[in-house]
Amino acid sequence: MKSTILVRYGEIALKGRNRNVFEQQLQQNLKGALSMVEETAVERLHGRLLVTGPQEKHDQMLSRLKRVFGVVSLSSVQRTPLELDKIKAGVGELVAAALPGNKSFKVDSRRSNKDFPYTSPQLNSEIGSFLQQTYPDLEVDLHNPGFTLFLEIGYEEAFIYLDRVAGPGGLPVGVSGKALLLLSGGIDSPVAGWLALKRGLELEALHFHSFPFTGQRSLQKAEDLCRRLALFGRRVPLHEINVAAIQKEIKDKCPQQLAITLLRRMMFRLAEALSVERGLGALVTGESLGQVASQTMESLQAIDASTGMLVLRPLITMDKLEIIARSEEIGTYDISIRPFEDCCTLFVPQNPATKPKMAALLKAESELEIDTLVREGLESLKSRVIRP
Amino acid sequence: MKPIYLDNSATTRPHPEVITLMSRVQEENYGNPSSTHAMGMEGEKLLTLARKQVNALFRSEAGRVIFTSGGTEANNLALKGAARRLKKRGRKIITSAIEHSSVLDCCRSLAEEGFELKILPVDSKGQVDLQSLEKELNRETVLLSLIHVSNEIGTVQPLTEAGQLMKKSKAPALFHIDAVQSFGKLPLEVDSWGADLVSASAHKTHGPKGTGCLWLRNGVMLDALIQGGDQEEKLRPGTENCPGIAGFGLAAQIAADRSLGTADKVRRLKEIFLLKLQEEGAAAIVNGPALEEAAPHILNLSFPGIKAEVLLNALSGAGIYVSAGSACHSRHPEPSHVLEAIGLERMRLESALRFSFSILNTEEEALRAAESCAGLIKNLKNFLGS
Repeated sequence: MKSTILVRYGEIALKGRNRNVFEQQLQQNLKGALSMVEETAVERLHGRLLVTGPQEKHDQMLSRLKRVFGVVSLSSVQRTPLELDKIKAGVGELVAAALPGNKSFKVDSRRSNKDFPYTSPQLNSEIGSFLQQTYPDLEVDLHNPGFTLFLEIGYEEAFIYLDRVAGPGGLPVGVSGKALLLLSGGIDSPVAGWLALKRGLELEALHFHSFPFTGQRSLQKAEDLCRRLALFGRRVPLHEINVAAIQKEIKDKCPQQLAITLLRRMMFRLAEALSVERGLGALVTGESLGQVASQTMESLQAIDASTGMLVLRPLITMDKLEIIARSEEIGTYDISIRPFEDCCTLFVPQNPATKPKMAALLKAESELEIDTLVREGLESLKSRVIRP
Repeated sequence: MKPIYLDNSATTRPHPEVITLMSRVQEENYGNPSSTHAMGMEGEKLLTLARKQVNALFRSEAGRVIFTSGGTEANNLALKGAARRLKKRGRKIITSAIEHSSVLDCCRSLAEEGFELKILPVDSKGQVDLQSLEKELNRETVLLSLIHVSNEIGTVQPLTEAGQLMKKSKAPALFHIDAVQSFGKLPLEVDSWGADLVSASAHKTHGPKGTGCLWLRNGVMLDALIQGGDQEEKLRPGTENCPGIAGFGLAAQIAADRSLGTADKVRRLKEIFLLKLQEEGAAAIVNGPALEEAAPHILNLSFPGIKAEVLLNALSGAGIYVSAGSACHSRHPEPSHVLEAIGLERMRLESALRFSFSILNTEEEALRAAESCAGLIKNLKNFLGS
């Protein structure tokens, strides 16, 4: 016995060619999400996608599909041939399962295939009276029904179903292009990554560490966060760059209150260089306005000025509590709050400037051999692909 | 480059023979030793053999072992079991400041149950102050618990002297020794010590994790911590961990067979390592007892100016595995209670690493680890400009 799941998508107020790209990408992503479930197939119908697979894998399929961005809602459907009697038989079977506890119902029909001899209102009444004959205790209630029986008449077959499960919405990962997520071990950046995925960006992640001043476990944390994000985006290449030497140079040669802004500027330069090499079109960060000294408007501007790249900050106006709530929802919170292994406070300055002046930053940077530092930083690059 | 494992006080690599035996037991002798049929009896035979093998290391005719899930459980059973059993005789328990946390935490929990707890200070080498011990022992004392070899700095406690003081004091106390770090490495003279209870663990001596034991002198009575069957004299009910116990037995047997010269061989590794480190110009200070006084396998060093975690990370990156303080503590930011107890100043406290050796390490490894460590220290100091 096969299980069939009808997948609806939205935001397809998109026009002509875009719509095709969107649908193709979504189909591909659904296939990807189901790649570990055997004997599944994803077909495109008019304005819908149809997933089929073994009945016993139904719950597993549904839980995976619910994570695919671009999916607005899902329904487990029963398929019948386009004949009224067959449709009624199918309805009878399905409704038997919905009966316990329900005294009223309504029928909601939709006819995409205008060649079908019954209009939607006709279908509603045909099916409604059929149900009332079969189950005399059931009443029709159009306003507050105990259950709704949905009927969709397609071109080759009909679908009947009882409910819809919400999908995550958003755009299929990949339709918006590729970006580089600056992934620390904290709470914010994975949430930023998730939101970027939600808007259809395919992600690669870049984690900065200061080995041996930070340990193996913080690298593990970045990897585990990527693995979690990969659940929503299938695969996330993770890049690691060592910035210990850069931190040291800044500490030795620059005013300490500028250290964090200077370091962020160096990180953005490294991220830009990596993006160029990997063909990534934007940087995504977990910055939220005013959260810490390096996230004031002045600091963000100073940091942005170090790169020509588009910098996306999905969390920019979110409160910490909202970010935490979202990170719990997507399962990154527990990873992010693991004890921070960065026991070395060597490089953390005491009083970071909240309003760094551009002139002061440039003067400080004149003491640094920026190109060399970037080149050496890139030499420490290690990359691997993380899958869920 | 092959990794060099110098964290043998955290755990050791199981002997290949132990692994072979354990998998054979799981495949072939999976019977429950309590079952009456032939397969059950096979299981019981395994336990009997292992019990004999493990018991042999306690060098006494007057006791037997109860198998537990490890050293921590053995310590719990000994301390809580003894104190609760004897609470009508007296209410005072004595231990030292450099015990493993499984002993200290048990003692603190007993203090909450109403026992008076005295934690004895130690000197800069980690030796318990025998004078305070003598002063503290009284007719109310029901339990004295001391660690034979400190897991962090390798101090060997004067157990014979402590035992004599206890006898002299006429305290109605039981004497418990935490021998987790010395079992299979140093002779356990339980009779000379006058020990009543001794804890040991399999995985610190090339046996499997999840198995340990408590040695009991005959006649010593304990309250069990858990109920549910007749196994292990009702002191540790539950179906026995046969493969683990069999592996423990074999590991104990191997330790006994190789006992001649093992300690010297391991001590030699430690000396080679330290000498090479110094030759290479690394400024290392030995924490705790001097090399020749300490247990053969443990070396605790401070490298002033370099945070322990940083050097540990760097060593790990080079495939050399050591501990900062004690492995169980290393993820907590607070410094080790043992290093604090011996009065280390902040600089040494923050830069202390434990190198622990075993008979499976080689001289070549000791040399290579020292060279590598010295090189990393040099690089770090250059990098930090100190």
